Amino acid sequence: MEDIKNISRRAFVFGSAAIAGGIAFGSYGDAAMAATATNGNPLAAELGPNSVTFNPWVEISPDKITLIAQHADIGQGVGSAQPILIAEEMDLDPGQFEVRFAGPSPAYFNTGFANENAPFLSADHSPAAEAARADALEALRKSGLQMTGGSSSIPDTYEKLRIAGAVARETLKAAAAKRSGVALADISTQSGHVILPNGTKIPYVELAAEAARIAPVLDAKPRDPSKWRMVGKPMMRLDVRSKVMGELKFGIDKKMAGMMYAAVKLNPNKGQPLKSYEAGKAQSMPGVKKILKLKNGVAVIATNSWYAMKAVDAIQCVWAPSTYPAEQAGHWKVLEGSFKPQFLGKEWRKVGDIEAGLKQGTLFKAEYRAPYVGHQPLEPLNGLAIVSDSGMEIWVGHQSPQAVQSIAAAAIGLKPEQVTFHNQWTGGSFGHRLEFENIRVLAEIANQMRGTPIKLVFSREQDFLQDIPRQIAIARHRGSVDKGKIVAADLQLASTAPLKGLLERMGAPSKDPDPQLAAGLWNVYYDLPHFRATSYEAQGLSPSTTWRSVGASTAGFFTESFIDELIHAAGLDPLKARIAMCSVPTYRKVLETVAEMSNWNGPLGNGKGRGVAFVESFGTPTAEVIEITMTDRGVRIDKVWVAVDVGKVVDPVNLESQVQGGVVWGLGHAMNCQLTYAKGAVQQTNYNHHEAMRIYQCPVIEVRALENDPKVRGIGEPPVPPAAPALANAIFAATGKRIREMPFNKFIDFV
Amino acid sequence: MIELTVNGIKRQVDVVPEMPLLWVLRDELGITSPKYGCGVAQCGACTVHIDGKAVRSCQSRIGEVAGKSVVTIEGLENRDQNPVLQAWIDHQVPQCGYCQTGQIMQAISLLERASKPTDELIDQVMSGNLCRCGTYPRIRAAIHAAAAMKMAEK
Repeated sequence: MEDIKNISRRAFVFGSAAIAGGIAFGSYGDAAMAATATNGNPLAAELGPNSVTFNPWVEISPDKITLIAQHADIGQGVGSAQPILIAEEMDLDPGQFEVRFAGPSPAYFNTGFANENAPFLSADHSPAAEAARADALEALRKSGLQMTGGSSSIPDTYEKLRIAGAVARETLKAAAAKRSGVALADISTQSGHVILPNGTKIPYVELAAEAARIAPVLDAKPRDPSKWRMVGKPMMRLDVRSKVMGELKFGIDKKMAGMMYAAVKLNPNKGQPLKSYEAGKAQSMPGVKKILKLKNGVAVIATNSWYAMKAVDAIQCVWAPSTYPAEQAGHWKVLEGSFKPQFLGKEWRKVGDIEAGLKQGTLFKAEYRAPYVGHQPLEPLNGLAIVSDSGMEIWVGHQSPQAVQSIAAAAIGLKPEQVTFHNQWTGGSFGHRLEFENIRVLAEIANQMRGTPIKLVFSREQDFLQDIPRQIAIARHRGSVDKGKIVAADLQLASTAPLKGLLERMGAPSKDPDPQLAAGLWNVYYDLPHFRATSYEAQGLSPSTTWRSVGASTAGFFTESFIDELIHAAGLDPLKARIAMCSVPTYRKVLETVAEMSNWNGPLGNGKGRGVAFVESFGTPTAEVIEITMTDRGVRIDKVWVAVDVGKVVDPVNLESQVQGGVVWGLGHAMNCQLTYAKGAVQQTNYNHHEAMRIYQCPVIEVRALENDPKVRGIGEPPVPPAAPALANAIFAATGKRIREMPFNKFIDFV
Repeated sequence: MIELTVNGIKRQVDVVPEMPLLWVLRDELGITSPKYGCGVAQCGACTVHIDGKAVRSCQSRIGEVAGKSVVTIEGLENRDQNPVLQAWIDHQVPQCGYCQTGQIMQAISLLERASKPTDELIDQVMSGNLCRCGTYPRIRAAIHAAAAMKMAEK
C-alpha cells in the first residue's frame, strides 16, 4: 500500500464529498480559535451588576467566579477537566470557582467534529486534509451545532478553554494595572488574586466591575505546558468527593415545590402511535392523580414515582404495529439481502486492483455478525419540566441542548427559543442521551399539566423498550494470502445507519452515506497491496443510533478479526505482523508499546491464549492485548494491556479510568449482550437479560498513554472497538475456535 | 402512618405498605443517595443499611421496614473519617457516579464481615452491584485500601 499521504489523497479523490477551496489557516488550532471567536457570548445577556464575562466560559461577579463546562458530563469527567483547563490559565485553584453547564448557544459549537467530518484518514496531516478540516470547521461554526459526542470534548476545548482562561487572566491584570497605576509587566496572578509588586493581593472578584469597563485582552496566549500546575499531572476530579458523599444531584434527583411524578407506557414498536387504551383499573390505584393520553402511549401522574409506575403497568394499550420486521429473524434477513448496488452506502477506499489481488494465492471468505445492543446507563431516562403560557422550562441531562429545545418545542407547538434548557449531571449515557424519547413525552405531559412541575422517570423496562439501539451489522469479508503475506483485503458490510438516523431524528436529515459505517472499516493502516472498504445501508429496520464508539464498535470487530484470520493463514505472528504492516510511525509505536507491556513474546501457560487488536477511532489509535485462560467453567479473561496515543494527556488518572471503563464496556457487551425483536418489541427489558460485565469477570487492565500524535485526541470511545476482536483473537489462539458473531456466549462459556 | 428511623431520625410516612423503601426515601423523604437503577435487585444502586445489613431498598417493602433503622450514605457516622469513603475518594473510583453510593454501602457491609477480603471475596460480594462505566478495577483497589486503613486504625 502507498504511504499515508497518498492513501488519503486517493481516498479524497474517490470520496464523494465536495470540498471547496481550502482556507489558509496557520494551523488547525488557530482556525478553531478564529472560528470560535465569531459566535457571540451568551453569558453577556444574563450578566448581573458589576460583573464581567470575557468569553462564553468565564463569568466573574463581585461574589463568585463561575466557569462553564461546555459539554454534557456523562461520566467522562468534562465537568472537571474543562473547568480545570480554564483554571490552569487563570491561576485558580479547585474550590475557588463554581462550575455550571453551558446553556444552548451557537457559541458552544463543537470544533472537535471537524476531524471526523472531513473525508480524510485521521493520520493524514497533508495540506489537503487540513484544508478540508478547516472547511468542515467553518461549516460547523455556521451550523452552531453544540453537541457532546464523538470523543470530541477534549479535542474541542483543549485550545479554546486555555485561551479563554488566558484572556481572563490578562484582562484582570490590565484592570489591576489601571486601578493601581503599576506597569502591566510588573503584575502577576496567583491563586485567584492579582499580585502587585508591593505584595498587595487583589481578589479577582473585586476587579469584576473594573474589568468589565476595559477591552478584553484578546491576544493573550496560553502558557507553555512546562508551566502547568494541574493539567497533565495526576489530579483529583472535581466531582469525585460529592459523588462519593452522595451529595451530587443527578437529573433524576432534581426536585421542585409542587412537583408531581409521572410514569409512562409507550409503544414498544418504536416510532409508532397508540391506538387505544383501557385505564379503568389504574384510575383507582393509590396515589394516582391523573391519566393522560400521549401520541405514542399513556402517562400516569401520581404523588410518587412508584405509584405512577405501578398504575401505568395496569393500563392495557393497543399499539400500532412496527414498520420494521416484527421478528428478529426478519432483521437478519433484510441485512443479508442488503449487499446489493441499490443499498450501496459508499466505496470508501480502494487501493491497488482488488479483484486481481483476490485471485493471487489462497482466497479466504468470512461472514461476521453484530446484533443490536442497548445503552442502558444506570440512571434511567428522566426529566423535570414545567409548561406555562410563555413557554417550557426543562431540567434534563442531554448531549444536544439545542435539539432538546427544538424537539420539545415541536412536540407542543412552541418555538425552540421558548424552551429553556438546564443541563444536569447524568448517570451515564453511552449515546443514550443523544436521543429524545424522554424529551418528547415529557413535553407532552407537562403541556397537559400546565402550571404543575412534572418529574418523569422511565422504569428500567420502559427504558429498555424505548432504547434506540446500536446498529446491527453483517460483514462479508474476502482476502487473499500468498507466499506468507496478505495480498488483498476486501471489506464489505451491511448495517443500519446510526448517525444518519440520529441526524434525521434531530431534524437535520442527510443524503450522504453514513460516515460512521466507514469507521473501523476504511481506516486500516496496514500496508496491503490491494484493499477496498465498502458499506451498504440496510433499509426498513429498527432505528439505530450512536452507541459508545458507534460504527467502529461493530466494524472494528469485523476488520480486526478478519485481519487476524489472514495473518494466521499467512503463518505470521499476530502482533509482529501488525507491527510490520503498520504504515504510520506513531501508530506502529502504539503496537510496539502494547507488545512490550504484555510481554507478547513471553511464555504462556497451558490453556492460555493471547489476542491482539488495533483500531483507530475518532483519531485515537488504540492497541489492546488480552490474555485468557480456558477453565472448566469457561473462558476467564485474566489481563488486558492497552496502549493509546492521545497527543496530550490532560488528566492521567481520568484517562486511565476512561480506558479501563471502555475495555469493560467493549468486553461485557461482546460477551453477553444483544437486543432481539419479537412482536415488534425488544425482548430484553432489564439487566438480567442484558448483563454486560460484572466485577467477578473483570480482568486486570493496564494502561499506557503516549503523546506522539500531533493533535490532541479523545479517549471516551476509542478503547471500546479493539476489546471484542482482541478477545475473539485470544479465544482463537487458546482454542482454535474462531468466533465471528457477537455476543460470544452463543458459542462459548465465560467464567 | 408507618414509622421508621432514617439516619437516626424518626420519620412517619403515609404510603401503602407495599411501597419499596427506595421510593419512600427518594420521593417521600427527599433522600436521594439511594438510586433507582433496575427495580428488581439486579443492579444494587439502591443499597442501604437496614439494622446494619446491606439490603436492596427496591426490594424492601416499607411495611416490613416499619420500626427498623435505615441508614443511607448521608447518615453514616463520622462520614468524613469513614475509611471506605476516604478510599473511594483517594482512588477516584466514580466516573458517572450513579452506582457508587450503592457500591460503597455494600463495601462497608463487606468490610464489617471480613476485615481483609481477598479479590475472590470482593468479587463474590460486589457482583450484585452493576457499574456501567466499568469502575471495577478501582472498586477492588479502594476496598483493599479501606481494609488497610481500618486495620491501621485498630
